[in-house]
Amino acid sequence: MVAATVRDVTDVCPLVKAAGLVKRFGPVEAVRGIDVEVRRGEAFGFLGPNGAGKSSTMRMIGCVSPRSGGELTVLGMDPDTDGARIRARLGVVPQEDNLDTELTVRQNLQVYGRYFGLSRAHLRAKAAELLEFAQLTDRADDEVDPLSGGMKRRLTIARSLVNDPDLLLLDEPTTGLDPQARHLLWDRLFRLKQSGVTLIITTHYMDEAEQLCDRLVVMNEGRIAAEGSPAELISRYSTREVLELRFPPGEQPPVEPFMDGMAERVEALPDRLLFYTADGEATLAAAHGKGLRPVSTLVRRSTLEDVFLHLTGRSLVE
Amino acid sequence: MARDLAEAARAARTPAPPRRALLLRVLPTGLYAGRARVLLERSALANRRAWLTLLGGFFEPLFFLFALGVGFGRLVSQVTGPDGHPMSYVAFVAPALLAASAMNGAVYDATFNIFFKYRYAKLYDAMLATPLGPVDIAVGEISWALLRGGTYAAGFLLVMAGGGLISSPWGLLALPVALLEAFAFAAVGMAATSYMRSWQDFDLVQLALIPMFLFSTTFFPLSVFPRPLQLVVECFPLYHAVEMLRGLTTGWVTPAMLGHAAYFAVMAVAGSVVAAHRFGRLLLR
Repeated sequence: MVAATVRDVTDVCPLVKAAGLVKRFGPVEAVRGIDVEVRRGEAFGFLGPNGAGKSSTMRMIGCVSPRSGGELTVLGMDPDTDGARIRARLGVVPQEDNLDTELTVRQNLQVYGRYFGLSRAHLRAKAAELLEFAQLTDRADDEVDPLSGGMKRRLTIARSLVNDPDLLLLDEPTTGLDPQARHLLWDRLFRLKQSGVTLIITTHYMDEAEQLCDRLVVMNEGRIAAEGSPAELISRYSTREVLELRFPPGEQPPVEPFMDGMAERVEALPDRLLFYTADGEATLAAAHGKGLRPVSTLVRRSTLEDVFLHLTGRSLVE
Repeated sequence: MARDLAEAARAARTPAPPRRALLLRVLPTGLYAGRARVLLERSALANRRAWLTLLGGFFEPLFFLFALGVGFGRLVSQVTGPDGHPMSYVAFVAPALLAASAMNGAVYDATFNIFFKYRYAKLYDAMLATPLGPVDIAVGEISWALLRGGTYAAGFLLVMAGGGLISSPWGLLALPVALLEAFAFAAVGMAATSYMRSWQDFDLVQLALIPMFLFSTTFFPLSVFPRPLQLVVECFPLYHAVEMLRGLTTGWVTPAMLGHAAYFAVMAVAGSVVAAHRFGRLLLR
């Protein structure tokens, strides 16, 4: 009865609700008053460069870092007073793999489940199911250390699912992995999302945010710069297409002569000019007409990278 | 399919009843989930192939016993025992080596091993992302260290009994006393580890252990020292363990034993509280 009531409440309430959330480390303010709501069943992203305050926010939501100010409820409870009860229903994939290197792959899953108070019999079956999900069944009784980076990451994700969490927190899940391993991981995360697990993901990769997130916030210097779905953000803060012109070092022309007429907006990066425009090909023709002779040109669709550049005036991956 | 499995698992899961010792009920739930024993399960699994290390810890005091008792003991055939009567050197030194091995086993586990798990393996970060709290970690890790120290002690006691070095039925109490001693050293060791910044700081552990090992009346009676030095030695925790264990194995039991036991009880409680508090502060920032 009680359990059913609790579940109903969290069905309508947001799973995470933060208002004016602040995190300070001594004099440094890592998170400077953010408002966030994550709803059941969605994949929510925190996008931003290193040091934007994403991980601090994740640690506060994960109830392993007390907030310095503001309001925060997770699964309808207050992390300050109900931390253990909240953590019992969370899955956490930290930025740095912290697998238990003294145990085998299978034992990592089983022992972690024991931390949640789950029975050994239940965990035997659960570990087999998760090994299958993580495509690690044939490595089940191996040590953890010789696994590749992608395998360790999949094991960490499998481990975070051992308690069938209501909410999964993924802090930069694919940082440091090669493209093939990233795609495999995205596929697994996509399956989780399809099965109804609510995901919160931090990333500084645009493609990751666009692949996985229904809704995201762009964070910069501890604040939220914008919020929306990837498509909304792109249409609000960028144009349909982008024309990139690359020039040899030292020969890049100044931006000013092209500011009016040619494109909605022009950004100068150290190695190229970006023209934000509805029709890239037409702009390229116009650029040639003005006598620009770049070494290479590229017409592409706008991405979240462009949104970030517009919002903060700097590129995301430096 | 995956959804069905997840739902079935959710339904099958029974909430773990809170099993909390009376003393720990006053703690806020965020710090203690009452599940310290799963850390023991983990340690047992992690050490399943470390039996060679365990064997080393068992043999070390035996080597000392052989070298000092059999070798050195021929030169010093008799010493004055706790009751003032002469006794064989090997029976004098054996309970002291028992005390030292319980100390070494517990301290080694509570310092080097815990520092590695905290700083490099990030094991405690992983644990704190679950319902476990810093008190579970402190209690679980200290218990493992004391079990390890206690195992060495039990093995050594068997050797002593086999060699006829236990001359009193009080000697049966030597095992619980060795466990209490190991508990106290493990707790203080873990508390000290929370202050370590790098491996260099572990030289300080050696600096504390070696003089304590050599001078806590382990190899010669307290009467050898001038009075001011005797006072210093009487402050060493290992001295109190040696007094207790030597008294029990020779049957010289006095009310002072309670004082020695109280010394370790205070050490154990203070060490555990500081360890839980410090690791909580370090990890939950």
